[in-house]
Amino acid sequence: MLVNPIKDGIVLDHIKAGNAMEIYHALGLDELDCQVAIIKNCDSAKMGKKDILKINEHIDINLDVLGYLDPGITVNFIKDSKIYDRKHLELPMEIKDVIKCKNPRCITSTEQELSHIFKLSNREKGVYRCIYCEASAK
Amino acid sequence: MRSLIDIKDLSLEEIDELIETANDIIENPEKYSQKCKGKKLATLFFEPSTRTRLSFEAAMYELGGNVLGFSEANSSSASKGESVADTSRVVSCYADIIAMRHPKEGAPLVASQNASIPVINAGDGGHNHPTQTLADLLTIKREKGRLDNFCIGFCGDLKFGRTVHSLISALSGYKNIKIILISPNELVIPDYIKEEILIKNNIEFVETRSLEEAMPELDVLYMTRVQGERFFNEADYIRLRDSYILDLHKLENAKKDLAILHPLPRVNEISVAVDDDKRACYFKQVLNGKFIRMALIMKLLEVK
Ligand SMILES: [Zn+2]
Repeated sequence: MLVNPIKDGIVLDHIKAGNAMEIYHALGLDELDCQVAIIKNCDSAKMGKKDILKINEHIDINLDVLGYLDPGITVNFIKDSKIYDRKHLELPMEIKDVIKCKNPRCITSTEQELSHIFKLSNREKGVYRCIYCEASAK
Repeated sequence: MRSLIDIKDLSLEEIDELIETANDIIENPEKYSQKCKGKKLATLFFEPSTRTRLSFEAAMYELGGNVLGFSEANSSSASKGESVADTSRVVSCYADIIAMRHPKEGAPLVASQNASIPVINAGDGGHNHPTQTLADLLTIKREKGRLDNFCIGFCGDLKFGRTVHSLISALSGYKNIKIILISPNELVIPDYIKEEILIKNNIEFVETRSLEEAMPELDVLYMTRVQGERFFNEADYIRLRDSYILDLHKLENAKKDLAILHPLPRVNEISVAVDDDKRACYFKQVLNGKFIRMALIMKLLEVK
């Protein structure tokens, strides 16, 4: 299968196989009219199988959202067909308005204007806790 | 400007400093009787808790200050739908410090993010109650003379008991603490407390079902109430409530200098016969609660 290399844009590599569509939606790519190639189940020496997203434009990407969804992703920024910057993601310390607190006793359940903010409390297990009630996100 | 929302907001040094001030207040109350003259404490109690509110109000009066506020949500603007953020901005115009009790977890944090004066969390749902923990620490320090090198047993509802979680978290900073967790299977301590506090801080702990077996080893026994509202089934509640009652018979194997604590109110988990035993410290704990709140109010108002 052939997908042309992109000249200018962003390539999200090493996406866990099967996650590409979730990330496509989480980044709001469905609402943009730039060209996006979704490549699923490629062979990967490192991962066995992986997904790749190629975005044919320089858009603002929320790396915290991306890191939260899949900290294994590599983000390649491409200009004139060359990678000029590469970021290896990790779990962000804090995420804001990415997920909602589900604890019915939490103040965010009654006060709608509050941001839903979570802090990383256990990196090995990837546990995030609501800053208001400390309920874990999972 | 500082607030106290979670006991973890305070360093060990700050806790020691508060305990020292509280001890000095107990020794020399007259020295402190005018420290907060002209200052106002707003007690914003969105759910009733007479005991905690009276403790805060007595603390402020004994510092020579004044108190204003409300004691339940329907007498406040919250019943008209005002947000916690707005209420705390408004109250900042009238008072110098806020003590807030709220049924929703995290409400005092929201208040502290919006108020221009210090906020003390006086209990947010089943979440935090840091001044209770300070009262517990002051009581242990006064009774045992130290906050390290002792064995403490927590008995009763360890699953929902926020005072237990919070005291365990506060004790995790001290050296050589051994913790014995005594509860029925249905009310054991949550895994995250074990993983994120006990194991992470290398604290020695044991879980058991039997208060009697644990008793001889204890320097401090922290009893808790098994709350009826936590159960769906009345029969389960009655069976569990009655399985962890402290009476004089169970105390026979206890150390002579055991300190028995309880955050109160009790139902029947401590037999009234124990009240006259010199090891019963729960009423002293109430009094200590007032003194440590005095120390805290002074600290947050930066009164010297
Ligand atoms: Zn929450």
